[in-house]
Amino acid sequence: MDFDFSDEQKMFREEVRKALARACPVVEVRKVLEGQGPWAAPAWDALVEQGVTAADVAEEHGGLGLSVLELAVAAEEVGYALAPTPLFTSIGLALEVVRRAGSPAQQAAWLPALAQGAATATVALGLHGVLPCLAANGTAEGELTAVPDGLSAEAVFFRALAADGQVHWCRVTANSAGCERRAQDSIDPTRPLAGVKLRQASVEVLAGGADAATVLQGVLHRGAVLLAFEQLGGAARALEDARKYVLDRRAFGKQVGAYQAMKHKLVDIYTAVELARVHVYYSAWALQTNAPELPVAAAGARVAASQAYTLAAQEGLQAHGGFGFTWAADCHLHYRRARWTALILGNVHDWREKLVSGLVATA
Amino acid sequence: MHFEDQPQDAEYRTHVRAWLEANAPRKTRPDETWGLHLPEDDRVAAAREWQRRKFDAGFGAIAFPRKYGGAGGRAYESAIFQQEEANFSVPVAFYNISLGVCIPSLLALARPEHKERHVRAALEGTEVWCQLYSEPAAGSDLAGILTRAERDADAGDFIINGQKVWTTHARHASWALLVARTDASKPKHEGLTVFIIDMKVPGITVRPIRQASGEADFNEVFLTDVRVPAANVIGEVDGGWKIIVASLVHERVSIGGALPRDLHRMTLEMAGDRANTDARIRERVADQYLMSQGLWLMSARALTAVSKGQAPGPESICAKIIAGRFLQDFAYFGMDLRGSEGVLAGRELDEAAMTSQRMWFGSLAVRIAGGTDEIVRNTIAERVLGLPPEVRIDKGIPFKDLAR
Repeated sequence: MDFDFSDEQKMFREEVRKALARACPVVEVRKVLEGQGPWAAPAWDALVEQGVTAADVAEEHGGLGLSVLELAVAAEEVGYALAPTPLFTSIGLALEVVRRAGSPAQQAAWLPALAQGAATATVALGLHGVLPCLAANGTAEGELTAVPDGLSAEAVFFRALAADGQVHWCRVTANSAGCERRAQDSIDPTRPLAGVKLRQASVEVLAGGADAATVLQGVLHRGAVLLAFEQLGGAARALEDARKYVLDRRAFGKQVGAYQAMKHKLVDIYTAVELARVHVYYSAWALQTNAPELPVAAAGARVAASQAYTLAAQEGLQAHGGFGFTWAADCHLHYRRARWTALILGNVHDWREKLVSGLVATA
Repeated sequence: MHFEDQPQDAEYRTHVRAWLEANAPRKTRPDETWGLHLPEDDRVAAAREWQRRKFDAGFGAIAFPRKYGGAGGRAYESAIFQQEEANFSVPVAFYNISLGVCIPSLLALARPEHKERHVRAALEGTEVWCQLYSEPAAGSDLAGILTRAERDADAGDFIINGQKVWTTHARHASWALLVARTDASKPKHEGLTVFIIDMKVPGITVRPIRQASGEADFNEVFLTDVRVPAANVIGEVDGGWKIIVASLVHERVSIGGALPRDLHRMTLEMAGDRANTDARIRERVADQYLMSQGLWLMSARALTAVSKGQAPGPESICAKIIAGRFLQDFAYFGMDLRGSEGVLAGRELDEAAMTSQRMWFGSLAVRIAGGTDEIVRNTIAERVLGLPPEVRIDKGIPFKDLAR
């Protein structure tokens, strides 16, 4: 039994934390919040420099050949720093689509640029609405909505339905003819969204031969695990901020944090965070080993981390009193991020469903 | 990161499993409770017999020193045994207070002659221990106890008068650790002394307490002019608080315990076909999984620390809060599944209903014993989150001058 990260992985995490503390103070987060750029460039550069983007990519594709555990602990730090970066979309989702659905040639063409941060890509998961149609001449027709980082990514991966009823993974790029993209307002402007209109757009079909639904499952599991790490980091940060505030703020002649109502509120957050932490770490183990428990573990991590971040962000804001309700306080950054992350891959009801289906299937 | 045993641990587990298979029946269901239909005296006799057999096989006192008949093993091996034992229908909890709390405290703090006299008999299970700490007016605020120990200057003995409450196994115990006030002119934490008490001496009356559930698992103990030799003091006279704090640490570790890996399967089995068909039930199954699997994972995290010779992290204190919440939810869930028939007492239905209904009340006790939910929250807030301590208006004031 060794339910812990290795010393090397902990050191890697520490390096990422330090790098993000330097590169991504909250002023950088707020630049993105106010619409100055699609992500915090210094934060993204730091992740690339630390090897985070290349961590779990094979060496033949320009990666470091480490495991997803290194990527996971880094994602926790990205959440902790609130860093607006395309790590989730480009490395968490798009890279996995390429690995699972791409042909060897497509993988060789696209993976190195993603791993080295030279290009970014995203995935329209298509969990809502109808899939675009794929015509025999290699063009697609349809609409994608709420695509995360959809305006900034060089390439968007999506599923499309062919006339024969087969679903294929496709890739459309910014400069493809017939592809029109526009920004959509996001409940968390630090996680920008876009709508993509495809009007006889030229697309490239991913030709690895894998079943599209199986690919989607794999991408969702990886996405859920990595996003859960971000949520965990964010929740821990929201708790830490609330703790600092209640120690600093005084009312009725003493620190607000000395009141038992406040102490117990923060302990309830702490308990939710620590419960989420074990589920999230467990999901990383399941992902890394491709264990039969992965569907249940990933769903457990997603639900527990969504709930913990929601509680930490919401009650953490309340603990700040009136100041927490201002634009100047960072509380709303977490309040927004917690909701956004709890919804982008489907809500906690969907994931409870997946969890129980997994339990029943392995019973 | 992995959940496999190291080779030496795997070997030990195989050894444990083989012995258990040869000596005990497997549970037919994970939530099977041993001895549900037996009268208390039969349960106790069986628990003594089981401890003796484990002891003789080297499993009764795995992580205790060889000098006293223990196996001299690692805490991790002890956890492996507990995990495996949980799959068998055997009496398990009877020695928790003796071996989880009292004897570790004696080993850490008592004089050599006490250890020589007491430890081996306790490990074998022939002598059971209980803890005479809580009182009607001193639960969470344990240092507020009123039981007095007065020195008889001529004989050199102490004479003890008072009342204790919530004492597990008092009727069956040979010995007790008792805390009494030896100096009421000192502030409340400073005038306390811990004694070893022979439960068979004159002046001790044990009465079962009828609990909210109607059962009687605990006792109250009345002490009237109970004479104790001065040699039975553990540590220093008036220095008892240190000893209590140390033994409460053992109690917490012991309550944390080891959990079976498939705890969440119980919920699924209970839900039966409705886990496939009823979305409302599926949501509750998911929520139960998050708590029960979370508890198992938290214990795995604590065990990882133990296996590396470290103390479990501060987050393990949260487990008690989650366990209380889980067990209460689990009980309600089991009862809800019965629909309107759920009003029938368990014995009118089946074993599973009896288990749910026992848990219905048992979970209340989990949320009180060893620190109420509120006290545990204070502990986490102060020790883990570093928030300011509660205001103590009784600090530094002689105990006899405090308002009561």
